[in-house]
Amino acid sequence: MTDNRAEKYKKVAYYPGCALEGTGHAYNRSTKEVGKALGLELEEVKNWNCCGAMEVKNVDPKVQTYLSSRVMSQAVNEMGHSVVMAPCNGCYHNLKKAEFELKNEEGTREVVDRISKKAGHKTYQAGEVETIHALDWIKHGIGEEGLKKKVSKSLKGMKVANYYGCMYTRPRNIFPEKDKGPGTESTSQPHFMDDLLAAAGATNVDFPLKTACCGGAHTLSDSDMSTKLVLNILKAAEASGANVIATECPTCHTGLEMHQIRAEKRFGVKTNVKILYFTQLLGMALGLSAKKVGVHENMSDSFELLQKQGLA
Amino acid sequence: MPIHEKHLIRPENIKSHDKLVMDGIDISGHWSTFIETRVVKDYNESLQDEIAALPGGEYVHRCWQCGSCTNACTVNAINPDFNPRYWIYLIRMGMESELLRDKDIIWQCVSCNKCTYVCPREVAPEGVMKATAHWLELKGHTPQSPSTIFDDVFSTQVIETGKIEDSLVVRNFFQRTGQSLTQDWLIEMVKRMVAHLPVKMLMALGIATVLRPRTKNWGGARDAIKEYVAEQDAHHRKALGLESLVEMAKLEAAAPFKQAAE
Ligand code: SF4
Ligand code: SF4
Ligand code: SF4
Ligand code: SF4
Repeated sequence: MTDNRAEKYKKVAYYPGCALEGTGHAYNRSTKEVGKALGLELEEVKNWNCCGAMEVKNVDPKVQTYLSSRVMSQAVNEMGHSVVMAPCNGCYHNLKKAEFELKNEEGTREVVDRISKKAGHKTYQAGEVETIHALDWIKHGIGEEGLKKKVSKSLKGMKVANYYGCMYTRPRNIFPEKDKGPGTESTSQPHFMDDLLAAAGATNVDFPLKTACCGGAHTLSDSDMSTKLVLNILKAAEASGANVIATECPTCHTGLEMHQIRAEKRFGVKTNVKILYFTQLLGMALGLSAKKVGVHENMSDSFELLQKQGLA
Repeated sequence: MPIHEKHLIRPENIKSHDKLVMDGIDISGHWSTFIETRVVKDYNESLQDEIAALPGGEYVHRCWQCGSCTNACTVNAINPDFNPRYWIYLIRMGMESELLRDKDIIWQCVSCNKCTYVCPREVAPEGVMKATAHWLELKGHTPQSPSTIFDDVFSTQVIETGKIEDSLVVRNFFQRTGQSLTQDWLIEMVKRMVAHLPVKMLMALGIATVLRPRTKNWGGARDAIKEYVAEQDAHHRKALGLESLVEMAKLEAAAPFKQAAE
């Protein structure tokens, strides 16, 4: 791949998504702060809408595709951007999926065009924007070497289990740029988050459940199932020697936090591993205070650990 | 024994004898080899087409029964009865009554897409699970599952306003499924959530739930989506022959009155 990404990702359209305005507020805050500290600029997509998460597709998949296409249409037609960065796995996944479907399916193109026309905006055409995750943004916009130069407080002593969840890598066909050899992301063993945190001084533990599912789709409708799945993840992280799980999605993050509490209250199983957004960890490594990256907004209370490590 | 023959040794098909002597040998006990002869007479020949007509089920015909989906499945690891490969087999064979035995767990698919990731035939088993759960509800075999209620609550809010606000979705969902908002773990969660938050921010969060987030000028998109969804719904009902089912049910319901009149 010819690499002009460091240039291209300097200023991108930012699609925070609904979760980042609610329970994932700390992720929103820390993503923006890290961007500022690294000199990467974000411009929020004007008047964006929800991408439909995992729910709307069950009512109708083409409506879900339309929802994502409108976000991309806003970015390209209203703002002239060619890159959209989404930090939420759900949003990132849905925009990628919409791109794939609009490229390959005539039927979907027709429905999206019809709804867009009626809604009164320009129909999004496949290929007009590139959707990236917050991980791509930092990995290719700054890179490990660039990051190392800016680290002022090493994450030394933090033993991290990197948790990517389902939607960042599955299904494979919607991520044509992954699994393309050295330097690209792997769908079976993702490593972008590992790479960035290692550059900031953390030790990544050998964690087998990087892409396990936390049962997020049924976090409320089948809570016992979700609690069991989350417990597997938390216990595996502890068994791998981690003192913190790093997350890169508000839904995964909240799922882990919520069911850690539920496991304790409902099943009497207590786990001690802390849960932090990777942007919170990076932010602190860049010298930002724990408050500034929203550690106090997390449910999982990691102040003690952070103080011990000299980070808070 | 391949799992697709499993229905033959379901508990209710096993014979057990307290005292059974054959040719002078005591063979009392449970015998899974004492299988009741069973002929499947109730094929629904259009089962595969019905599932394929619903969103997600389009590629069910491609399956060659390799079993990779079940092997990779997140829910199967917790509940061995959750078996996507087997259900796809039943759908393709039209074995409706066998499928109905598992009707209360099919909706539990967590959409992790591990099956879709490993499937060599691009069946998209995750979609088939959703289509099957949807089919069960449309045909009246199961009441709306908590999962589809959640989909509804969520989708309604997105379609109406363009955005969602998590606390409202949660509240509506609990209301529609009749759950209490004062469950111990929920209270604990909120307590920990607010533990370190400054008062100013708590106020802001309170205000956020009063001022519902919405996308500006969403009206056009809302109407266009609603119109399309209504069309699709009619289309699905037709594909499943639901209109004629309703007619039949009406006739049946009227029958006892006729008899009484005679
Ligand atoms: S995936 Fe989640 S955060 Fe993203 S827009 Fe949809 S609901 Fe909002
Ligand atoms: S890990 Fe959980 S929240 Fe994250 S994508 Fe998977 S199901 Fe969703
Ligand atoms: S998507 Fe559903 S069927 Fe497929 S592996 Fe996950 S839980 Fe199993
Ligand atoms: S992985 Fe695909 S082909 Fe194999 S049994 Fe499952 S659906 Fe069929």
